[in-house]
Amino acid sequence: MASNPFASAAPADAITRPPSSGEYLSDRVFRSLTLVAAAIIIALVVYILWEIGGQAMPAIRDHHLSFLTTSAWDVQSERFGILPQIWGTLYSSLLALVSAGFFGLTVAIFLTQDFLPPKLAMVFRTIIEMLAAIPSVVFGLWGIFVVIPAIRPLADWLHEYLGWIPLFGTSLSGPGLAPATIVLAIMILPTVAAISQDALNLVPYRTKEAAYGMGATRWEAILKVMVPTAAGGILSAMVLGFGRALGETMALAMLIGNSNQISLSLFSPASTLAALLASSFPEAGRIEVQALMYAALVLLFITLVVNVIGTFILNLTQRRISGKS
Amino acid sequence: MRIVRTLARGAAMFACAGLCLAAWASGSAPAHAAEGEQKVWLRGAGATFPAPLYEKWSQVYGTANPLVSVTYDAVGSGEGINRFVTGSVDFGASDTRISDKEASQINRGVVMVPATAGMIVVAYNIIGIGGDLRLPRDVYVDIFSGKITLWSDPRIQAANPDLKLPKRNIVVVARQDSSGTTHAFTSHLAAIDPNWRQGSGPSVGKRIDWPGTAMLARGNEGVSARIKISDGAIGYVEYGFARRLGLPVASLQNKAGTFVHPVEMAGQAALAAAAARPTEQERFVISDPDGVDAYPIVTYSWLLLYGKYDNAALGARMVGFTGWGLAEGQRYAQELGYLPLPPAAVEQGNRVLASVRY
Repeated sequence: MASNPFASAAPADAITRPPSSGEYLSDRVFRSLTLVAAAIIIALVVYILWEIGGQAMPAIRDHHLSFLTTSAWDVQSERFGILPQIWGTLYSSLLALVSAGFFGLTVAIFLTQDFLPPKLAMVFRTIIEMLAAIPSVVFGLWGIFVVIPAIRPLADWLHEYLGWIPLFGTSLSGPGLAPATIVLAIMILPTVAAISQDALNLVPYRTKEAAYGMGATRWEAILKVMVPTAAGGILSAMVLGFGRALGETMALAMLIGNSNQISLSLFSPASTLAALLASSFPEAGRIEVQALMYAALVLLFITLVVNVIGTFILNLTQRRISGKS
Repeated sequence: MRIVRTLARGAAMFACAGLCLAAWASGSAPAHAAEGEQKVWLRGAGATFPAPLYEKWSQVYGTANPLVSVTYDAVGSGEGINRFVTGSVDFGASDTRISDKEASQINRGVVMVPATAGMIVVAYNIIGIGGDLRLPRDVYVDIFSGKITLWSDPRIQAANPDLKLPKRNIVVVARQDSSGTTHAFTSHLAAIDPNWRQGSGPSVGKRIDWPGTAMLARGNEGVSARIKISDGAIGYVEYGFARRLGLPVASLQNKAGTFVHPVEMAGQAALAAAAARPTEQERFVISDPDGVDAYPIVTYSWLLLYGKYDNAALGARMVGFTGWGLAEGQRYAQELGYLPLPPAAVEQGNRVLASVRY
């Protein structure tokens, strides 16, 4: 504090004054505090990776990449493969994303493009975000007792008359991809809707006025100007929603049926990585835990890639819109 | 963005809580009461198959003997044996006999007491079809090995000319956890069909890699609940679990060729037929019983006690409780859907129980 460069330069009668040593101190303390906090978080992630990777190492050495391409889960003969789980994870998340993406985007357009008075739009937005506060278990139970009986007639009809399409190739028994996907879509809807709204709000209002000025109708302005301009943000909303769907555990473990198979049919039971982890961990033996850790690592990797892509797209578009490309 | 992070954080916390809970549940060591007239806690874990019966015993015995409290964790036979081997419980329970390899890991010795017996039923749920489905031997093997995939399959329809079976997929529900029920059931299937054990066929064990499109659920209660909510599902559970949920159960064809509905008489006939066998192994491990009236899938369920208890009060109570179960306790078997032990099994139980030292 002794060499305060501003002290000598300060005129005696000014209203401004150089920062006191107390302010310097608090600035430094705060700065190192944030630095430590950030470092701890990064260290924690590295530690978790290290721990999971370390435990998975024997399984990685034993199974190599065949772990990713085979489909047995046989504890007795120690053969493990997670292809059905990888398939189930990606397939269910993708289907959920398609439906949540559609509804999320429509909701975002409805709430940001002057269809509602701003205060009412705010209320709607809050209600949609409240969906995120419902515990996963409740979604799971709701899926079992409400969604499955509700979609059964439609599923039976589709299977009976359109059974030749692989999507409807099996009959719906109960737990399966379709109910799991519907619940998953509702669970990621708040994420998709909220980020899409932010993206649409980021587009300057003048852009829309300019479109109107050139004679565009309301729908032309929205669909041909606003949405394409916000496309990057909306896309990243989708990717982040996808990332969230990949890791969803509890509701899926209850609804997807835990079946070790690869099927295109929406009505057949399936399995996901997270569901496999949740349902096998409690009493897994040493060898199985290693295989499960390997599976966790794969899930972590898939989620990481998806999230990195999402964040990258978001950053890119935000820079472009604010003109700092 | 903020909402995503909030969600991620919530999920992480939930996962942490789950893991902590799991760690706590598996790591909780028994806290023994001191010597003398103080209360004794007997902690056990194991098979889900006899769990309702053991809970009933614990309740009735605890009322009659206020100084003893018996707790039982229904975690599946495999996990029960694990906890018994590591010594984190006072007694274990399993529907399979403990293997020599597992027994050799226990310095204190193992005493296996047959505590009850029961039927494993094939329960199903087809909307609109009632409780008199008949399944021939070769058919139910092929259903569980995934070779028959539709309820309207001609082989099922041929055995049930009166039923109008729908053209729905058969969804097998099997056990995910390590289970004595699975062991008994797969032993039976392997006894019927030699291909079950061989080559690329499914194997016999407490936990197997189920072929085809089987859904997996945990515990007898998990499997029966899953069948209950799934149209076209079929699975194997202990008789009482199916009865409690009102699930229809199939009549199975036995070794003699007759179709037998799982009723108490049929189960007892199977136990009686097995009791006539020469070796102890054959008497207690029944994979395919003889007899015209015998229900084909029955199993004993065992209480696993240590050969020696260091805590004398605990050992005395443990033997007292087990002896009570073999005598008085058998009265509760029937109402809960189990088979009372045949006299020879009770005798065997009392004989091995006398060898427990404390």
